Amino acid sequence: MNSDQLRDKLSSSFIVFENELNGERRSPLHQKRRAAMERFEMKGFPSTRDEEWKYTNLKPLLGTDYKIFHEGEQSLEFREIKRYFLNDIDTYKIVFVNGKYSSWLSETTHRGFDICTFSAALQRHRHVLDEYFGRSDEEPSSTMDLNTAFAQEGAFIRIGKNAHVDKPVEIVHFTTADAGPSFNQPRNLIVLEEGSSAEVIERHRCLGEQETLTNAVSEVFLGAQARLSLFRIQNDAPQAGLIDHTNIHLSRDAHAHTATFSMGGRFVRNDLAFFFNEPNATAQLDGLSLLDAGEFADQHTLVDHRVPHCESREFYKGVYGGAAKGVFNGKVMVRPQAQKTNAFQENKNLLLSEKAAVDTKPQLEIFADDVKCSHGCTVGQLDEEALFYLRSRGIPEHESKALLLYAFGDEVIQRVPLKALRQRLHRLMAQKLDVDFQLNL
Amino acid sequence: MLSIKDLHASVEETPILKGVQLEVKKGEVHAIMGPNGSGKSTLSSVIAGREEYEVEKGSIDMDGQDILELSPEERAHLGIFLSFQYPVEIPGVSVTNFLKTALNETRKARGQEPMSAKELLRLMREKMELLEMDKSFLSRSLNEGFSGGEKKRNEIFQMALMEPRLAILDETDSGLDIDALRIVANGVNHLRSKDNAVVLITHYQRLLEYIKPDFVHVLYKGRIVKSGGSELALELEAKGYDWIKEEVEA
Repeated sequence: MNSDQLRDKLSSSFIVFENELNGERRSPLHQKRRAAMERFEMKGFPSTRDEEWKYTNLKPLLGTDYKIFHEGEQSLEFREIKRYFLNDIDTYKIVFVNGKYSSWLSETTHRGFDICTFSAALQRHRHVLDEYFGRSDEEPSSTMDLNTAFAQEGAFIRIGKNAHVDKPVEIVHFTTADAGPSFNQPRNLIVLEEGSSAEVIERHRCLGEQETLTNAVSEVFLGAQARLSLFRIQNDAPQAGLIDHTNIHLSRDAHAHTATFSMGGRFVRNDLAFFFNEPNATAQLDGLSLLDAGEFADQHTLVDHRVPHCESREFYKGVYGGAAKGVFNGKVMVRPQAQKTNAFQENKNLLLSEKAAVDTKPQLEIFADDVKCSHGCTVGQLDEEALFYLRSRGIPEHESKALLLYAFGDEVIQRVPLKALRQRLHRLMAQKLDVDFQLNL
Repeated sequence: MLSIKDLHASVEETPILKGVQLEVKKGEVHAIMGPNGSGKSTLSSVIAGREEYEVEKGSIDMDGQDILELSPEERAHLGIFLSFQYPVEIPGVSVTNFLKTALNETRKARGQEPMSAKELLRLMREKMELLEMDKSFLSRSLNEGFSGGEKKRNEIFQMALMEPRLAILDETDSGLDIDALRIVANGVNHLRSKDNAVVLITHYQRLLEYIKPDFVHVLYKGRIVKSGGSELALELEAKGYDWIKEEVEA
């Protein structure tokens, strides 16, 4: 199998998918799918010749004979997967096992707001899908098009005017060994109407040793004064690949906070885009990559200031050990009409070994003159003086290094307001650094 | 307790220590004085195990055990403590978390049970009182934004908690006003016992008014060229180092 063969397989799979749709084939939604498939077939998978994929080679992931559709239903017991959820706090849960919704593991609601699935929304909220589906990107990438073509399941969150979701929403996608190597295309739609708010946590988890490639899309639309927090825990199994596209549209006075924690997996590519469509909206983009061995994570962000008086603050950190490789590409676009924009970007990286590497590329394109914009990026190593200081106090070398890295990463974790999530992230970080710290930082 | 014999050490191919001899016994306080660039800080760094220094010849034994092959943390576990001349700022690591980790890692290495949070807090409070420190200090990032005096006091606070058998104070007095000096000296005197030893590395006699040494050594050009009792410090204060230099060159 190579990438051309995989593309052919996807094309024929699309025909099979269409044939099963019957009357649905003529719906506006499916017309969007078909147009997306045509674009994907034209463009194919991205290669390192594409500017946006210059540092990121997808090819090694395209040599597997993935299953495009999952057959049958796989059930999981809650106790087997309990550890992938937050404990101590109650949450809504939207859980998928091998691409199919698991009502058994989920806790959804239609009371006051809709926290359910894409497939349920196809039945109950068709008008919402017709309005928003596929609308978040004017120039979708080929992988986003691919997802659109096959979109049939994922999370659907719609919060009505002035409603506040009373507890966080966890979206978890599991794949199991029974499914074999699989290519997954989950599709989320999040619509927060005027004055509403929600907190969402998403993760993908491969159970078993099969190779998986997940090509996910989240479309997010925030009405005036809406507030969204969107957290990602990306510490999947060592053979799992993830391409995530998240497009967030902000109306007047809206606020979005994203925090992305990439701490494992074979391959992670995050395409995260913010679009300011009305004035006075604010965005905070936080990220931490903590990688070792042969792990790879590419944090690709776009902040598009299209209107005046908006503010974006971006803060990404990276720690790369072993032969890990990271990419940070932060594009900030300030269009001519976007006066009084505040846009700040910071990217700090630590390399822990000779073989580790990071490509960092701040990309500010500013076409307005009355703006405040800044960016900074650093690539460094652990401070030897600090290391000696800690060791001279009896803290062994491994623990001393971990303590410094823990403090480095904690600066991002502290930005998460949800305590239960912070605790989980601290635990994951200690686990990743192979130390048994019980620190209340 | 500490026995240094014919110690030669260099940094980046420049020889700094050229045959240091020093015997420190339990219960003793030694002062090492000397002009700038004589190798005082190098000596303390080599004892603590800083890796940039290369020991070419000689030995350092602690209770008869050769420590030159030991890592800095192993030396700390044997009870060696270095109060840094320039304590390092470590953002993001609070004083409490640092001390908790340091104390419990040291206890672990010695085969002791970790200290409970309650016990630890009680101990920290007690030592903070001794050093007249404010409670808010515990939640601050280690040395970050500390004044010179606060950093030095923090070093002595750590020393008081770790209760080392051998404390090496590298120019702990520099940059301290008279009140801070008194507090720091009080902390050191509190630690003194018949089982512990202290090595004070200093430029000036001032600190020795508060911590009375049993022995004073003059380090010059990488060697201890003169040793005496506490009266030697007074003589140095009065006459400077030139007469020592002349004696050595002669």
